[in-house]
Amino acid sequence: MNQVLEVSNLHKAFGGIKAVNGVSFSVNEGEILGIIGPNGCGKSTLFNCILGQLEPTEGAVKLDGRDVTNMRPSELNRLGVSRTFQLLQVFPELSVRENLILAGQEHEGTMLSRFFGSRDAGLTAKAEQMIGFFKLGHLADAKAGGLSYGQQKLLDAAMAFMAGPRLVLLDEPAGGVNLTMLGDLKERLRAINAEQGATFVVIEHNMDFVMSLCSRVIVLAEGKVLAEGTPAEVRANPAVIEAYLGH
Amino acid sequence: MTAPATHSAAPAARRLPLPAFVDGTLLTLVAAAVILWFVPSGMGRYGTYVLSLWLVMSVAVMGLNLTLGYAGLKSLAQAAFMGIGAYATALLTSKVGLNWYASFAISGLLTFAVGLVLGFPALRVKAHYLAFVTLAFSTLIWLVLRNEQWLTGGVFGLSNIPRPSFFGLKLDGALAFHRFVVVVTFLLAVVLWWMIRSPWGRAFTALRENPIRAASLGIDTRMYTLLAFAIGSAYAGFAGALYAPLVEFIDPSPFSLSQSFFLLLMVVAGGAGYLLGPFIGALLGVVLPEWLRFAGSLYLIIFAAIVMLLLIACPQGMSGLLERGWAKLTSKKEGAR
Repeated sequence: MNQVLEVSNLHKAFGGIKAVNGVSFSVNEGEILGIIGPNGCGKSTLFNCILGQLEPTEGAVKLDGRDVTNMRPSELNRLGVSRTFQLLQVFPELSVRENLILAGQEHEGTMLSRFFGSRDAGLTAKAEQMIGFFKLGHLADAKAGGLSYGQQKLLDAAMAFMAGPRLVLLDEPAGGVNLTMLGDLKERLRAINAEQGATFVVIEHNMDFVMSLCSRVIVLAEGKVLAEGTPAEVRANPAVIEAYLGH
Repeated sequence: MTAPATHSAAPAARRLPLPAFVDGTLLTLVAAAVILWFVPSGMGRYGTYVLSLWLVMSVAVMGLNLTLGYAGLKSLAQAAFMGIGAYATALLTSKVGLNWYASFAISGLLTFAVGLVLGFPALRVKAHYLAFVTLAFSTLIWLVLRNEQWLTGGVFGLSNIPRPSFFGLKLDGALAFHRFVVVVTFLLAVVLWWMIRSPWGRAFTALRENPIRAASLGIDTRMYTLLAFAIGSAYAGFAGALYAPLVEFIDPSPFSLSQSFFLLLMVVAGGAGYLLGPFIGALLGVVLPEWLRFAGSLYLIIFAAIVMLLLIACPQGMSGLLERGWAKLTSKKEGAR
């Protein structure tokens, strides 16, 4: 199976603090990989290093075998890598539909055609489809800032899929989402994975969510990989229980 | 300072048999241009000059509204860019003998290029740090305008700046030149209207609201930051190119740092991030002091008090106030049905 993402010996230090300390892993095409670990273990820093938001101190990131270390986030996105953030990152003054169009517009045409072309960059139909898919239909014209936290989380996730990405990194998608919406979100992610073959890397604290969604799980502790395996293997790993699950 | 960035298309426009791209903002611009074409009749030379000055300042404020109101980049150099445009046009038309249209284009291109260069610090510094970078630039330009007498005439300025003609028609009279300013302002406003409602406008808004998320969605934040600075500066250059023949004499004082603050005030008071905000802001900044002349030396104090009260009552400026009023009115009407 093709390796979509390959992370090799990644380090990130903030002064004397090693937030990420020699992490290596790879993600296969079509896989849903979970990354878990206690707060402050370096999960989000790892994502930010992979996605060009932070410059790694050492190590390499490869996408389809191509070195993309330190590549700018916008360029990575154009290569088919999308993400969500731990904290809500929608555009509050724009409507739900406008948020979704914005999320896909830079993948349509050129700078000039985006200036002279249609206002929606030809994305209204796709945005409507995504609105329906994520069950946000009644909110299409509402300002994103006025939505509930859970609805904004769904919108945030929907935005990550507007450009039809190959690889999606989701940072705590279930955080603060109620049980009903969480079920919807999981169902949507599974459907996109099955129908479009999109690959996911999911950081999450909600163990039920991770264990039921992911086919493989990596456990981080103090910036290092503590364990790796299927959800069942990870659950049974004494080191993991000691470091995280047992708390 | 944030404001609704996408601009509501007036529902009324949708009911009329008009092309789909026509919205309330465009209709307002067309109606305003028609009214302003005729308004100065009988107003006298000075009244016409004040109206023209309002429109010229509106062009400069439109540019700053793009940079600050839409893209969220704090610039204190808009008057300096206006100065570059004004001096470039004055020198090219009065010393080189170039026609106004070519000078206008060169002024826009020159300020676009300088704005592009000044945009680079914006890629590294944000908010008040960026404001200080542009403040330094503003001071530098003012010193050049004042001290490089061989080029700019120093404090004595440049005089005898010719007014353009239009297909052989002389525009030397106040009314003729005012109508010319109306047409140029209208065209520049329409270009900006088109840009703001295009995906570019959405990207500028994303830059203001959340540049990190914008970058993660494939938006080239560097490119849009530079464009916002460069286009905003070009509008100041265009304003300068209109200002020089309007006043027919320029010196460094209207392009000082304090004038940049004044332009910033016009953006905020008019409503940052609203397409029609610059016209309202420039009306407050240019015309209101004229209306307050009856108060003699107290007029500046009254003007400052009005602006402070306005911003306390509505931090989103006059456009925000009008939008809130309109929303209340329409909700009442709907409730009554």
